[in-house]
Amino acid sequence: MAALDQPLDIAADLAGPAAARRPGGLRASRRRRLNLFRWVVFAIFGLFFLVPLLSMVRFSLEGTTPGSWSFSAWTQIVSYPGPPPLLSAIEITLELAGITSVVMLLLVVPTMIWIKLRAQWFSRIMEFLCLLPLTIPAIVLVVGLAPIYNRIERYNTSALMLFFAYVILALPYAYRALAAGLNAVDATTLSEAARSLGARWITVMFRIIVPNMWQAILNALLLTVALVLGEFTVAYLLTFVNLQVNLFEISRSTTNAGVLFSASAATLLFAFILLLILSYAGRRLRRGRP
Amino acid sequence: MSSPMTSTASGVTRTAVEVRMEGLSRRYGSVVALDNLDLTVQPGELIALLGPSGCGKTTTLRLLAGLEDADRGRIDVAGRDITRLPASKRDMGMVFQAYSLFPHMTVKENVAFGLRLRKISPAKRDQRALEMLDLVELVAQAGRYPHQISGGQQQRVALARALAIEPQVLLLDEPLSALDAKVRAQLRDQIRRIQLEVGITTLFVTHDQEEALAIADRVGVMQAGRLEQLASPTEVYSRPATPFVAEFVGLSNRLAGTVIGSVVTVRGHDLPLVDTSIPAGAVTAIVRPEAVTMASDDSGEAGPMTGTVIASTFLGATSRVTVDLGDTTVMAQLPTSEAATLSAGSRVTLTIRPDPVLVSADSAVASEE
Repeated sequence: MAALDQPLDIAADLAGPAAARRPGGLRASRRRRLNLFRWVVFAIFGLFFLVPLLSMVRFSLEGTTPGSWSFSAWTQIVSYPGPPPLLSAIEITLELAGITSVVMLLLVVPTMIWIKLRAQWFSRIMEFLCLLPLTIPAIVLVVGLAPIYNRIERYNTSALMLFFAYVILALPYAYRALAAGLNAVDATTLSEAARSLGARWITVMFRIIVPNMWQAILNALLLTVALVLGEFTVAYLLTFVNLQVNLFEISRSTTNAGVLFSASAATLLFAFILLLILSYAGRRLRRGRP
Repeated sequence: MSSPMTSTASGVTRTAVEVRMEGLSRRYGSVVALDNLDLTVQPGELIALLGPSGCGKTTTLRLLAGLEDADRGRIDVAGRDITRLPASKRDMGMVFQAYSLFPHMTVKENVAFGLRLRKISPAKRDQRALEMLDLVELVAQAGRYPHQISGGQQQRVALARALAIEPQVLLLDEPLSALDAKVRAQLRDQIRRIQLEVGITTLFVTHDQEEALAIADRVGVMQAGRLEQLASPTEVYSRPATPFVAEFVGLSNRLAGTVIGSVVTVRGHDLPLVDTSIPAGAVTAIVRPEAVTMASDDSGEAGPMTGTVIASTFLGATSRVTVDLGDTTVMAQLPTSEAATLSAGSRVTLTIRPDPVLVSADSAVASEE
């Protein structure tokens, strides 16, 4: 293993010239040992995550005879005729991610700032309410949501309506991210300073507090998008088709077991690339700020 | 509201206004933070509110700024009742104890923020922001972000920002508390210089008596939501109105004594009373270290004012000498030349200069009035 080549070099270093310069040598060797420890931990966890993923990809590329290679499991995803076709499922899911994020931020950010500045007494209740969805299993949630969605579907049967449920599902993650950001700024003092300079509450909120929590807003956004991209249970049980449900159906429509894995790998890859783009865009956006 | 520009260093003159607070009260739950406070600040005057934490000094400032609402009472600025006005319409510049610059704006943008809210043209507010930065000697830092400048500089920018909107009143809420001693003294003097130059009515809250005495036209000593004394720094120090003020401002010795007529007898010394209406009986007299003098005593005789030097602290021109009298210790402040002859362990006899003294009926000074 590559990671283990390095410690051997270090051992050789220590035995050689390092022995001549004792004083600094001791601290340096400690630092090296710490470094080694870091690499070992990193390698172990890396393997823990990577091996199953790589195995999955390898299996999806398995041909008809063991050990052979084939792209058929992957081509079957793309050639799936529907309904609905894969592309529309991707579109729906991306739109859902967008709508959920926007609704979430519009709902939670002003509320949290308001509570922080004007209604401290409510913060405990707010925290409890926001974290509540975490403790409710998806199945239970669906049982509760089903009658409501029955009602909703009378007016609109689009899978986009899932955003109601997704806002609730993403609430705990977004709340945590935003709370961390909000606590990092001295919102009380900043708002008092702004008010004494003549700012109204709305100005305080959007021109003083929000610009100082971009990082937290971006984090909340990333978590929300990640959740929507990976959501299967609620969509499936409420009989909506999003990306995950679509991939599941593709894999069921064929006898090729590899498709199930190529589909999983595809969603992972899709989510990974999207999140990468988002966080890169976020960093670009913040450049030029302190 | 904009006053005419002139070519003075501050770039601005204004008519100073009077601030009048009447019967202001504020309680938090069962805690009385402010108890029927009456305070009038003369136009252009700097009043320092001094007191221990929880005495109501910061509450006074926050009520004045409109950051909190009074339960009762009334605030007039320039003869106009502003008691119910929201903070954003009060036209008061405020500097906070905590660093309060907006982290996402440069120094100049911070100073110009209040002007931007007032819809002043970019060119004008740029010019005004630079004038204000010139006043606090920070023009060179105009393009920096708050995290790139020191704490002292941040507070100076905060002062410039507060003054940029040409407020009627300047409120300073322990602006120096977060700074180290040297910067604190410098900035204190700079604040005073700017305040005099601009001629703005100012309220300065602090728990540091040295700061209050050094900067203020008048010092208001507060305790338990009440104003104990409002007077010039010299008067507060040399003629404290209450035992609390005497104890809080400057150092003092608390010595047991007996009131007989218009004098109090402390360890064989008769001292005149500030307040001659005190009934006869046992009291605690408050004696300033400057009022205590001493002489070497080699006689070996015991007496109520004879004791042993246990410590001598060099303070520069003067030294503080602590003497053990057996049942109590007394601090004296002496010229260093005199104190040098009295090493720890030497026997001395004390004398108390017969300045008028304050007394309190029991050990709980606070309850006396």
